[in-house]
Amino acid sequence: MQYLLFIIGDPAAPAYVPEEDNIEEWVQEVDRRGIGRVGDRLRPPADATTVTVRDGRTILTAGPFAETAEWIAGFDLIDVDSLDEAVEIAAKHPMARFGRVEVRPTWPFEETAER
Amino acid sequence: MTSGREEVEAGALLASTLAAERLRIVATLIRRTGDWELAEDAVQEAAARALTAWPRLGMPENPGAWLTTAARNAAVDALRRAASERTTAGRAAVESLVDLEEDRARALGASDPPSAPPGLDDDRLRLIFTCCHPALPLEARIALTLRTVVGFEVGEIARAFLVAEPAMQKRLVRARARIRDAGIPYRVPREHQLAERTEAVLAVLYLLFTEGYSGGEELVRVPLAAEAIRSTELLAALLAETPQAPEVLGLLALMRFQHSRAAARLDAAGDLVLLEDQDRERWDAALIGTGVAALAASEAARRRLGAPAGPYRLQAEIASVHATAPSASSTDHARIAALYARLARVQPSPVVELNRAVAVALAEGPEAGLVILDALDGERIERHHLLHAARADLLRRAGRPAEALPHYRRALELAPSEPERRFLERRIRTLS
Repeated sequence: MQYLLFIIGDPAAPAYVPEEDNIEEWVQEVDRRGIGRVGDRLRPPADATTVTVRDGRTILTAGPFAETAEWIAGFDLIDVDSLDEAVEIAAKHPMARFGRVEVRPTWPFEETAER
Repeated sequence: MTSGREEVEAGALLASTLAAERLRIVATLIRRTGDWELAEDAVQEAAARALTAWPRLGMPENPGAWLTTAARNAAVDALRRAASERTTAGRAAVESLVDLEEDRARALGASDPPSAPPGLDDDRLRLIFTCCHPALPLEARIALTLRTVVGFEVGEIARAFLVAEPAMQKRLVRARARIRDAGIPYRVPREHQLAERTEAVLAVLYLLFTEGYSGGEELVRVPLAAEAIRSTELLAALLAETPQAPEVLGLLALMRFQHSRAAARLDAAGDLVLLEDQDRERWDAALIGTGVAALAASEAARRRLGAPAGPYRLQAEIASVHATAPSASSTDHARIAALYARLARVQPSPVVELNRAVAVALAEGPEAGLVILDALDGERIERHHLLHAARADLLRRAGRPAEALPHYRRALELAPSEPERRFLERRIRTLS
């Protein structure tokens, strides 16, 4: 199953400690296990553009879709056997400690008929 | 033609067989088909067939094997009926079910179930851990455990939790869909996750127990406590050879001690009777005996592992001091206070501290208890009726009734159950 990990910044999380950032180790493990599909950082919410189409008109809004203190700072798409494995990988990501990681299964279109 | 006697005999045999085998059959069918509802329906259908077939054809020599085969056949029929709409997954499930015959021969073919401790891949263990997976909301874990592990009807669960049956049905459907869609695995967690996952299972079982124990709707909820104990016994047997054994046995002991007082907790009018005022003749001595045995087994397992005692184990020890004291006045409150101090280190919480204050008050006098209560950080516990009740009680014992009254009144405002409210009202009347 594929899971998208939303890497979320949280102002209430413990202060960032560069020495405890083991992101390279994390990337190495994901690569070694061959479960990583794609992943990247994201520019801050201020650089987001929200697109809304209403009555055929495209409306662009500068900024993220919602005003929240937490923001999506990056993402990783992984391919693993089960939620337990996805959670295990997410828990090892440094941002699980300095922020949060939301684990969301993807929903491939070919499955839509059955659900 | 069948006589009434044969029908009664079939009913009794079916009940005892289901108690022993239902969980194993459901769990195996779920593993083979991946379909929770189908597995539950198939076992129900098999039971219904048994009730008509056994009086007519005679009681089977091995009723567990009979039920397994009947349930498997019911599942195969249901899958074949649906096969035209199904994908390859459905056909694979049918094939896998046909193999089940061999499993059954292994598990049940001998005259007795296997005596060796079951391995960690036991289907029942898989099922319990999946029902209590922490990625499921707590209410879903409870509903699934009652439906699938304990085998309650949807209506029974709905009544126990005071919700409408369709709402409970919906909750179960959502829970099963979440297992499938979120990719919650149907397996016993790997070793490094087993400790925290077992904690989640124990929390659900203890919650079921306390729902049954403290709920106001006595008639509906009492079976919950008994079923929670039964499930914990099973879990203790299944995890006997793991590092989790001491805590599972600790929880089992705790439940047995608490349940032993069930008959003495309420008086004829349904009013709450305090531990110190309970008629100890009405405590269930046999249950206390099995509680002591579970506690000893927990200690033996703990020594084998060289691990420190966990929170359930410590609570069980506290309950054991109460349960084995000949009278309220001869209870070793100093020992209980010391155990609460250990519990506070393992699992710090305002409620533990509150209980420690009460124990210290009984051991050293009410003023010593009040000192601990004063030091409690009030914010989180301010809305907890027991804090106010405890403070009121210590003030009363310290001979300060005027100060006690407002605390009894605050406790009355917050008390969740009818017997507790009546108890507090009585206290207020005698003081004012």
